[in-house]
Amino acid sequence: MVLVMRAVALYSDDASRAVHVALREPSKVNGVVDDSNPSGSAGPGEDWEATLCAVAQQDREAFASLFQHFGPRVKSYMLRLGSDHATAEELVQEAFVKVWRKAGQYDPGRAAASTWIFTIARNLRIDAFRRENRPELDPDDPALVAEPPAAADAAVQQKQESRRIRQAMSELPEDQREVIRLSFFEDRTHTEISGLLGVPLGTVKSRIRLAFSRIKTALEDEHAENAQ
Amino acid sequence: MSIAHHPSDEFLVAYAAGDLAETWSLIVATHLAMCPACRAEVARAEIMGGWVIEDAEPAASNGDALAAMLARVETVAPEPARVARTDMGEAPVLPQPLRGYAGGDVAELCWRRLGRNAEHIPLLSTRDGSKARLLRIPAGRPVPEHGHNGVELTLVLAGSFCDGEERFARGDVEVVDSDLTHRPVAEPGTDCVCLAVTEAPLRFKSPLVRLVQPLIGI
Repeated sequence: MVLVMRAVALYSDDASRAVHVALREPSKVNGVVDDSNPSGSAGPGEDWEATLCAVAQQDREAFASLFQHFGPRVKSYMLRLGSDHATAEELVQEAFVKVWRKAGQYDPGRAAASTWIFTIARNLRIDAFRRENRPELDPDDPALVAEPPAAADAAVQQKQESRRIRQAMSELPEDQREVIRLSFFEDRTHTEISGLLGVPLGTVKSRIRLAFSRIKTALEDEHAENAQ
Repeated sequence: MSIAHHPSDEFLVAYAAGDLAETWSLIVATHLAMCPACRAEVARAEIMGGWVIEDAEPAASNGDALAAMLARVETVAPEPARVARTDMGEAPVLPQPLRGYAGGDVAELCWRRLGRNAEHIPLLSTRDGSKARLLRIPAGRPVPEHGHNGVELTLVLAGSFCDGEERFARGDVEVVDSDLTHRPVAEPGTDCVCLAVTEAPLRFKSPLVRLVQPLIGI
């Protein structure tokens, strides 16, 4: 915790301000459909959560549109992790077989569609590139320590938080965004665990940590304000 | 009793990114089972991962990718929606995913002696040279003083231990860096059971322990 506080105190470049501003300006956060999105990705108006719920009803049309939007992006993710085209193409197909199979288990109250698809792609790449299992908690385990009772509007809150984080990320300067991408595109075959501790400031790792802490702090401030 | 010592944000982000070897993921995931606060952090980092996918420059795919995809799912049966289990019996000491790796809960395990005081069960080693093991230190006894050639993470599952001024109880994670020599002591009352992941073999101070180190695989 001390580490985080220190990191926040030290972090004072434009990126943190950009995140802060994005998180503080509800008008931007709640803005309507953003047609000017330069990367061609879905604006906040496209409801991939609803599309994914339709896939759970075995709606093939919904599945096709989900595949056409996310398939090439998942492929790009696999390519950046070092896979060749043929393998990336196969991993995309495997990812969407999983999407089709598991769509019934998707809960829009817990995760955005892009987040859910990311976790599927991530687990596949761990299996494919590293031949390792992905240890995960079991939500039904009697030993699991449950969350404090969720607010009645948990789904709405999750959606807002998800939108705020993504909005904040899209408003970061490009070099900062690239830092965050890098941290998700990295495959640490020789795990540099020590690299996760006491990172000198200014390195890529410390910048992702600082960006992350900044986003966190801003969200916590906002929660505190809402609670008052 | 709330958890006082958590893995750093770097570990949580790296876990969310899928960037940790299985040993480190195991200890993070087991901590998450006991720590709703860190679960929320990982959920936020996964939202960042979702953004990374959403934001990625779409890669050109084969022209027939969609047709192939649709043909492929014709043969795949969807799984039913998850039904929350209701037969919650008595809570085991070892949460998942650790219980699966250990092959049972604490009472069902076969411990091996490790020096005079401790017992252990090796669970997993990965290509990066890291190792995960369960450790059991009898109540009130010290772990032999040791240093590290790398990072060590220790997650308390039962009992508690003190390391210098700091106290670690169920759910707490101690992160020890390479240059520290430390001597954790289990608190009186209950045997202390921990999951420990080490980056590289430990450096024991005692020449005798160093001598048997290769034999016991720690």
